[in-house]
Order: sequence, then structure tokens, then C-alpha cells
Amino acid sequence: MTPQTVIFTTLLVASLLFFCWSVYRRFSLVFYGQPEERLDQPARRLSEMFLYAFAQLRVLRKPFGLNHFVIFWSFVILALANGEFLVNGVFPSVSLALLPEGVHRVLLLAFDVVSLLTLFAIAFSFIRRVVVKPPYLDSLYVKGRSPEAFLILSFIALLMLAYFGMHGALAALGVENDPAAMPISSLVGGWLAPHQSLIGTVYSVSWWLHALVLFAFICFLPHSKHMHILTAIPNCYFGALTWPATQPREKFEKGAVYGVGSVERFTWKDLFDSFSCTECGRCQAACPATNTGKALNPRQIVHAIKTNLLENSHALREGRSGTLPLIGDEGEGTNTEEAIWSCTTCGACIEACPVLIEQMPKIVKMRRHLVETESRFPEELLNLFENMEQRSNPWGIAPGERAKWVSTLPVKPFVAGETEYLLYVGCAGSFDSRAKQVTVALATVLNAAGVSWGILGKDEKCCGDSLRRLGNEYLFEKMALENVELFRERGVTKVITLCPHCLTTLKNDYRQYGLELEVVHQSELIAELVRSGRIKLDRKDDSMGRIAYHDPCYLGRHNDIFDAPRTLVQAATGTAVVEAERHGRNSFCCGAGGGRMWMEEFTGERVNHARVDELLAQKPDTICVACPYCMTMVEDGLKDKGAGQVRVRDVVEVLAEGLLRKNA
Amino acid sequence: MLVVVCVKQVPDTTQVQIDPVTNTLIREGVPFIVNPYDTHAVEQALRFKDRFGCRVAAISMGPPNAEATLRKALAQGVDRAVLLSDRTFGGADTLATSKVLAAAIEKLAQEEEVGVVICGKQTIDGDTAQVGPGIATRLNFSQLTLVDRVDELDLSGKKIRVSRKLEGRHEHVEAPLPVLLTVVRELNRPRYPTVAMRLESADAQVEVWDNKVLQLDVNTIGLKGSPTWVSRIFSPERAKGEMLGDGVHDPEGAAQLLIDKMLEKDLLAL
Ligand SMILES: Cc1cc2nc3c(=O)[nH]c(=O)nc-3n(C[C@H](O)[C@H](O)[C@H](O)COP(=O)(O)OP(=O)(O)OC[C@H]3O[C@@H](n4cnc5c(N)ncnc54)[C@H](O)[C@@H]3O)c2cc1C
Ligand code: SF4
Ligand code: SF4
Repeated sequence: MTPQTVIFTTLLVASLLFFCWSVYRRFSLVFYGQPEERLDQPARRLSEMFLYAFAQLRVLRKPFGLNHFVIFWSFVILALANGEFLVNGVFPSVSLALLPEGVHRVLLLAFDVVSLLTLFAIAFSFIRRVVVKPPYLDSLYVKGRSPEAFLILSFIALLMLAYFGMHGALAALGVENDPAAMPISSLVGGWLAPHQSLIGTVYSVSWWLHALVLFAFICFLPHSKHMHILTAIPNCYFGALTWPATQPREKFEKGAVYGVGSVERFTWKDLFDSFSCTECGRCQAACPATNTGKALNPRQIVHAIKTNLLENSHALREGRSGTLPLIGDEGEGTNTEEAIWSCTTCGACIEACPVLIEQMPKIVKMRRHLVETESRFPEELLNLFENMEQRSNPWGIAPGERAKWVSTLPVKPFVAGETEYLLYVGCAGSFDSRAKQVTVALATVLNAAGVSWGILGKDEKCCGDSLRRLGNEYLFEKMALENVELFRERGVTKVITLCPHCLTTLKNDYRQYGLELEVVHQSELIAELVRSGRIKLDRKDDSMGRIAYHDPCYLGRHNDIFDAPRTLVQAATGTAVVEAERHGRNSFCCGAGGGRMWMEEFTGERVNHARVDELLAQKPDTICVACPYCMTMVEDGLKDKGAGQVRVRDVVEVLAEGLLRKNA
Repeated sequence: MLVVVCVKQVPDTTQVQIDPVTNTLIREGVPFIVNPYDTHAVEQALRFKDRFGCRVAAISMGPPNAEATLRKALAQGVDRAVLLSDRTFGGADTLATSKVLAAAIEKLAQEEEVGVVICGKQTIDGDTAQVGPGIATRLNFSQLTLVDRVDELDLSGKKIRVSRKLEGRHEHVEAPLPVLLTVVRELNRPRYPTVAMRLESADAQVEVWDNKVLQLDVNTIGLKGSPTWVSRIFSPERAKGEMLGDGVHDPEGAAQLLIDKMLEKDLLAL
């Protein structure tokens, strides 16, 4: 054994031991989390992992994602080269040259080309961080231009340079096995050839540089944000198989704990998520709260969980709860209540995350703790909670007035066997004066199409959506059980909802109570009626002018309904809607989801103002929505912006007006 | 020291209608709530408990289903709940009501000294604001009505200092204990029960005291003991409005119509 081999082997073993110890110390913390089923359906999980971790589908959604794609795949390919380097350092006789020559040649070529690509990709990353500086790279505690970020980028660049140094020197000495398969190394060799005396030094310096940087990288990796190199792939495997629009049930019994008030109350997957964050900032760039200057940044929520877990790790290992609070005053490992209450549960963060982290559900878990265990929440919510409990609607209007919108129309009560659909009007459609007009429009259209439908009238109750998103699970459960019972009793199987929040609650949340309903949003049903010819519109109604469509989060992102409202407008007006900059899956919230509808907005810009500005940029004459909350927010926003000349219509109103004109 | 809060179950007045034939409230199917002012009374009692560690008892006179009202107080954190329920208590006016409540407080005082009694300012159904003062008079307690702030409760000096909310002004007053307070909404923000406390209160004991316990002369309580009778109760006539114009599709036209109407009725001068 040469001294070089001895030193190399010692350092390698030390680095690997340190690596294993660090990985163990960190990942063992995950097991302090609560149980959660994430191991079912391995085949589906593998395919998700392939799509998101290896094919990097989410990463590639942003143009610069291509750069990451290159670095990722170079990493995978170069793992082989680096593996060879490490083994060869210990056992100099072992190398890839032992492979069949054809295979070896291909590998050498790949290593050479990929190393060069990586160098370029790293250069672009430097430029992005130093020159372009996209604002979303910075969060409160993690900066895009942090020493850590540059250190890692430098490590990678040095590895590549050292690689070319080594192989260039070998080529210059004429001892490289197969220089023809290594065009770039040969090129470097060509530059070195005239300086024969230097070549030996270049080789050993490059070799040691390569070795030391690799060791440093191995040691540093589990302690940096680049830990995601280890966690992102499994995190995609453990990702949610169904879109997390809803929250899990809680068990109410004496002595139980509700929601998450300290870090170990999160599930192991929540904790694993926090170790998988790449600090890419995409969630923060998409978040309506962050975008309008609120205290909330979904990325910081995830970062705080990781920081809190690490800070409290000592206590946790001793079986105690940590001293650093998870919810409290502003801090790197603590979430403020203001941040927790700022979330609209729009889901844009979940949609944006390249490594399938679920940020929003963590926020709702902390809300549950605040409401159910601490009884601490913004003042406005007390009224909401009382109104919901006593009168089963958010406004606290007398339940007896639920069916008052009917006064202008003949409407039948729902009778199982006689009526096909239950029209679940919902609180807004029943009590809000503007939304009541939408209900009437919907009723008109349903009648025109000869649909058999009925209502529950004053027996209808609130679905409880806001309560669940606000973390008042106890009250939600009470209302859900009442509704499930009522639906069963009345023999309801098919439901039309006016509001996407009712849609999601009846369809996704009530399933947890064993109630499987066929729930359609009005826009879906009517689009189908138009398609099948049950609604005929021979004359197109162009009185609405240029129409911009705003995707409601709970219709689009949370329930995948993007086309139906657009088709409807197209059918009624003959022209396609114009799209806001952020639309479809990437739509930007109106600000009312997650119970924010019932809360004051004190900090920063109003979310509905930001959204209305974006919609107005398309110069619309009419803005179409498909949700009563969005209706309120957009109308209010337009008024505040002095753009009252722009009309706001629910998609069904557009169609109803078309029908009326036809009949007139 | 014991703090006693009086809570009353009232029909949710947003939903109450009056039967035009019998001139009585239609209570059928109307949900009951805790008299809103009384939730502030409970909160104040609990703040005394938090601060001084005193015990809190909630009492309510009413039919058996008024138990729900007391359960809510238990969920918020009161230590003891007593429902005063007996056929002979029924049909009471404010005089007879305060008699039963005062008797119950006296009975509680036999076990533990009562320093403070807290009532709501008034109820949203009876609306008289007489019961609190009635109790104070019967028990010979100091009486501080319309309290919107408690400045100091001095247990050793046996006195209390509060602010009273009057029309257009505030009054700062001090009174010796024992005292009866009636409170307004501005006093505090009632706490929302935690789930643990709700579950706890679900099987907590609500004591029921009938007249066998209180032993009051039946001629002085309930309907028999009530000198006031309701002769008629009715909703004032209100002309039904009509919908004019279409504010959504034609706001300008609707505004014009509104102005015309107001001019016509001389509500607006040009
Ligand atoms: C003229 C008249 C005749 C009436 N006749 C009848 C009748 O025939 N049948 C009938 O059922 N009702 C009747 N009532 C209603 C009943 O007398 C009152 O509701 C009751 O006496 C309480 O008065 P109040 O609601 O005005 O309470 P207020 O004096 O406005 O209440 C003030 C506070 O006293 C406390 N309080 C009041 N009542 C109770 C209670 N029951 N338990 C615990 N605390 C309480 C609460 O803290 C409340 O906030 C009548 C009321 C009036 C004014
Ligand atoms: S759900 Fe929406 S508002 Fe909430 S953190 Fe995510 S992006 Fe922000
Ligand atoms: S949570 Fe996801 S989207 Fe947000 S910064 Fe981390 S990796 Fe990026």
C-alpha cells in the first residue's frame, strides 16, 4: 500500500462514517413523528417517483428547471465515475476498464460530455443567483446568495474541473486508455502537452482536489439544503396519491390531542417533507399570501418545521417535548399565528412543489391545534363559529330564510325516486343577495333543459367547508354527521352544487363518513347539457364583450374542473375566454378560501386586489367566475379599483342570459 | 369565595315569530341559545376564577331542556351548574323569577360564601333588565348595572371598582362586596370552549333543583306569584317593500329610480 492509498482510504472511511452518522442522526428524528400510511400501492408510488423524481416533470415546469434536469442526470451518471474514483483510490487495480471495451468507451464518452454540461449548468446557476436574482430564491432565513449555496455550486464545479485536470494530464502523458472516447479531456491534454514538466503536478493536484472535494461533499451533504439529494427521490415515492384537497378526520375522545402544537405531533411524512425541501422558492412565488405581503410563506412553514425539529432533537431523544415553540413569536424554527391564519388553502404551493411536499395540510393541522386545544383564533371567527353552530350558516341568518330565493320561481322539494338531482344550494346561494341571482339563473337553466331537480329548502344545512379549513374540526364533524344523516334519510344520491366549496366538501370530505354521492358542479352539468344538445343556443350572445375567466381554486386546482366553465362561456357567446396570466392549474386565489372569506385582511395588499389587477390586465368587459366567494371578492376588488364598469358574472348567468335573449 | 352567574336560555330571536291568532311567540321548532349578554357574564366569572382561583357556579331557571345552556357554561369552564326546574316555577314574571334565583343563590351561599353574582344586562326575549336588580334587592347585595369594565376586585378589602356604560358617558364606581353586576357586551370577548372542555362537559353533572329543594311558598313563585300578566303581544305592522329596478344589470337605472322615489316621498330635497 502506498502512503497515498493509506491517506485516501483513511479519509474515505472517516467521511463515510461521518456521513452515515449524520444521516442516521437526522433521519432518525423522522420517527418521532406520528404514524401515517404512505407505503400502500407500491406500483403507483414507483411510477410517481419515476415521473417526478427521475423525469422531473414538476421541475421542468419552469424554464430554468432544465438546468436542474441537466445537473440531476449528470449527478446520476457521474455517480458511476465518482464511485469508480473512490474504489480505485482504495484498490488501485479495480476500475471500470475491467468492463467490456464497448461499454467502457460509452461510459468514458458519457462522463466527459456530462462533466462539461454540468460545468455549463453550474455557470448558469451562478449567473442566476448573482445576476438574474429571481426574488423567490430568498426567504426570510434562507437566501439565494448564501455562502452555502455558493459553496455547493463551487464543490460541483471543482469536481468537474478536477476531473478534466486528471484526465487531461493522463491524455497529455499518453497513458489515458482510450483518449478517442474522451474528446474534452483530450482537448485539455492538448493544452497541457507543451508543458511536460507541469503535467505530473497537474495530475496530482487534480487527483487530490477531486478526492478532497468529494469527501467534503459527502460530509457536508446531510447538513445542508442539498440533503434533498438524498430525500427528494423517496419523498416523491411517499407523496400523496390523491390530491390533498381535504383533511383527515380526528378522533374525539377524552385525553386525545388535536392538531399539531409541537413538532413531534406532525406525521413522519410531514417531517420527512421538511428534510426534502430544496429551498427552490416555487411555492412562495405561487402563494397569494406571500405575494401580497402577508406573514405567511409556505416555504418558511416547511423550513420552520425542519429547524424546530433539529433544535428540539435533543429533548425529543430524551422523551421530552422541545423548548423551542412550533407556534409563537417570529423565528427560524417557529411559525407565527398570523402566518398560520393567512392561508387561503388555495393549494398553489402543493401544485408548485417539484418534490411533492404538502405545505397547506401542515398549516391546517396547526390551525386545528390553535382552535381545538388553545381556543386561540382571530376575533372575527368567534362570530362565524357561533353562527355556524347555532344557525348553520356563516352569516347567522335565520335558517328559516334559506329557501327565500325561491319566491320568484316554482321550485319543487327533493323527493327520492321522483327527483333525479338534489340541488344543494349552499349558504351563499341561499342568503347572499348577489349569489341568490346566480341560484335563480341556475334554476332557470336547469328548467329549460328539463332536468329533474329539487331542493331541501329550509332543511338544508351548511356543508361546513370553512370550519374544516379553519381547523374547527370538532364542529365540522358535527355538521358533517348531520348532513350525512340527512342525505341518507332523504335518499339523496346525485347532487348539483352551485358552489365549489360545497362541491369539494360533499364530494371529497363526506366520503370519509362513508357517504358516496355523485356530486357535480353546476358548470360541469350544464356543459354536458349543452354538449348533448339538451340546451340549444342558436343565437350567440355577444353582449358580454371580452370575457376573462377566473379559475376558482376549489373548482380548478382542488377538483380538476377547468374546461367545463370555459366550454360553457364559449357555447353561450361563441368566443373563447381570455386567460389571465396565471390560470388553470396555476390560477391565483381570490383571497376567500380557507375561511379567509370571514376574516379581516390587515396586512399588505389585498389578495383580491392583486387578482383583479391581473384580470384587468386582459382588458375584459366581463369577468366570469364560477364560485360565490370569488364573485364577492372580484366584485369588491373591482369596486375598490374603480373598475365598476367591468361586469362580473357567474358562468351560468352568461348562459341564462343567452337563453333569455333567445326566448325574448 | 363563590362567584354565581345567572344564565338564561332564550329562543333565537332571529327566528322567532308571533302567532297572529293567539298573540303568543311561536316557540315550535325555534332553536334556543344562551342569552348573548349572559355569555359575557360567564366570561367575567371565569376571569375572576383565572385570576383569583375562586369557584364559579352557573344557575338557570327554566324547563329541563335549559340544561343545554348550562352545559355550554360548563364547557367554558364553570365548576358547578344548577338548573332550577319545577312546574311551579313556570310562568314567572321578573318578580317571581328573581325570587327563585335569589333563593338558589342563598342556598349555594350556605356551602360557600358568595362574593359576586353576575347577570346579563337583559335578555333578548323578555328584555326587561329587571331580574338582576331584583336578585340584588332580595339578597341585599350592592348593585352595579351596565358594567363594561372591571377595574379591580379587592378580595381582602371586600370591594369592587367598575366602569358603567351609560348613555353617552361612563361612570366609575366602587361598591362593597357582596355585589351583583349586570354586564354589557363591551365587557369582554367570551372564550370559545376547547374540544377537551366540550367533551369533559358532555358528561359533567348538571344538578337539578326543584321546589322540594328550595322550599318556597308556591303562592309567591311561578304564575301564581307573578303580579304582571301579558295582555297582548304583537309584531308592529310594517309595510312590505317592493323590488324596484335591477341593481346588478342596470345599476344606473336602479339609482335613478331610487332617487325619483325619494324625491316623490319628499325624503330628498333638490
Ligand atoms: C310582563 C311579563 C310577563 C311575563 N309572563 C310570562 C309568562 O307568562 N310565561 C313565561 O314563560 N314567561 C313570561 N315572561 C317572561 C319572563 O318573566 C321573563 O323572561 C323572566 O322573568 C326574565 O325576565 P327577562 O327575560 O326580562 O330578564 P332580564 O331581567 O332582562 O334578565 C337579566 C338577567 O337576569 C338573568 N336571568 C333572567 N332570567 C333568568 C332565568 N330564568 N334564569 C337565570 N337567570 C336569569 C340573566 O342573567 C339575564 O341576563 C313574562 C315577562 C314579562 C315582562
Ligand atoms: S395554500 Fe395557498 S395561501 Fe396557503 S400557503 Fe399554500 S399557496 Fe399560500
Ligand atoms: S416546499 Fe417545495 S416548492 Fe417550496 S421551496 Fe421547498 S421544495 Fe421548493
